[in-house]
Amino acid sequence: MTHPAGDVVTAGHLHQGKGQFYGVWGGLLILTVVEIALAYNQVFTPRNMLIVLLILSIIKSALIIGYFMHLKFEAGRMKWLLMCSVCFCLALMAVFFADAERIVSLGWKAH
Amino acid sequence: MADAVLLHHPHGEAYEPSWFRTYSKKIGMWLFILSDSLTFGALLFAYSYNRLSTPNWPTPFHVESIRNASIMTGFLLTSSLTMVMAVLASSRGDRAWTRNWLLATMAFGAGFVLLHAAEWNKLIDEGLRWPLFQQLFDLKPGTNPEYVAATRNFPQFGGTFFALTGMHMLHVTIGIMYLGAVALRKLWLPILAVLAVACWWAPGPFHYGFYVMLFGLAIAAIILFLKPMDYSDHDIEVTGLYWHFVDLVWMFIFPLVYLMSTKITS
Repeated sequence: MTHPAGDVVTAGHLHQGKGQFYGVWGGLLILTVVEIALAYNQVFTPRNMLIVLLILSIIKSALIIGYFMHLKFEAGRMKWLLMCSVCFCLALMAVFFADAERIVSLGWKAH
Repeated sequence: MADAVLLHHPHGEAYEPSWFRTYSKKIGMWLFILSDSLTFGALLFAYSYNRLSTPNWPTPFHVESIRNASIMTGFLLTSSLTMVMAVLASSRGDRAWTRNWLLATMAFGAGFVLLHAAEWNKLIDEGLRWPLFQQLFDLKPGTNPEYVAATRNFPQFGGTFFALTGMHMLHVTIGIMYLGAVALRKLWLPILAVLAVACWWAPGPFHYGFYVMLFGLAIAAIILFLKPMDYSDHDIEVTGLYWHFVDLVWMFIFPLVYLMSTKITS
């Protein structure tokens, strides 16, 4: 398989063995089972359940981005620029969550 | 930059090495992924905002829905593994196993879509709907009073659920078409045509999948005929990035939408 002239190929970016990927896949399945078990048994209150599920989701996404998408093995400037920019944009959306909680107490109420 | 290396093109032009030290197709796909992640971020934000600002948000998903969604999650995670295996096979020049692993990825992806479609059909029949569905498809009344009540009292529950999961299902479907074009090239076109015809006979809203398939067939035909090429390991890797992104989004949708809305009765 040939590449067009001018393309730059990162050296050694696919040197990981299959074992590592099977290990990551196993880890993802285990984390998923943990999430389902926690939700099925309703271990936490809804607020704490949300926090725990979000933390587990972030760990799973870090595994997928780092290993399956190979970002762990890319140039540092690429990793930082991509991740910081998307996290910043998502954080901007989160600014409005305070408004969602405030809205609950607004409006006409029957007495 | 005394140690900069200039790469020489056969026609005599010179290119500077990429600032990200990787090839441009990969950078392009990463930029697309960033923009698409903001799309899903906005949808997840809309769902979360609605949920936080609505007291007594319904939590109607019983064991069957959670079991179905869990199997779907397993399918998608396994499809990510087979996609990585396809990328490894292509990097060592093994064309047969690259195709095999890509076909396995498509199979797991198709399994996800079919299970999800069955789940949607069941929920719609039981009464969980987007108010627009009722007007467009003239559906019979729902059979589950819990879902009927959720739709009547909290129309935004059905709206956010179907918008989020529908957008994700569309991405998975497009991903399967993309994988098919890379794995099978022109052989994928008649297969896609058969699938489009099959969708025509599908029940309920899935009949409209015919139009998605038809559109995908047109785009795939344009690309495969106008730019026929032998897909390199770079192309397989870039395809993999898209597929893993689709899996990544589900890692957030599954817990936030399904697991946070469980109704497990002991």
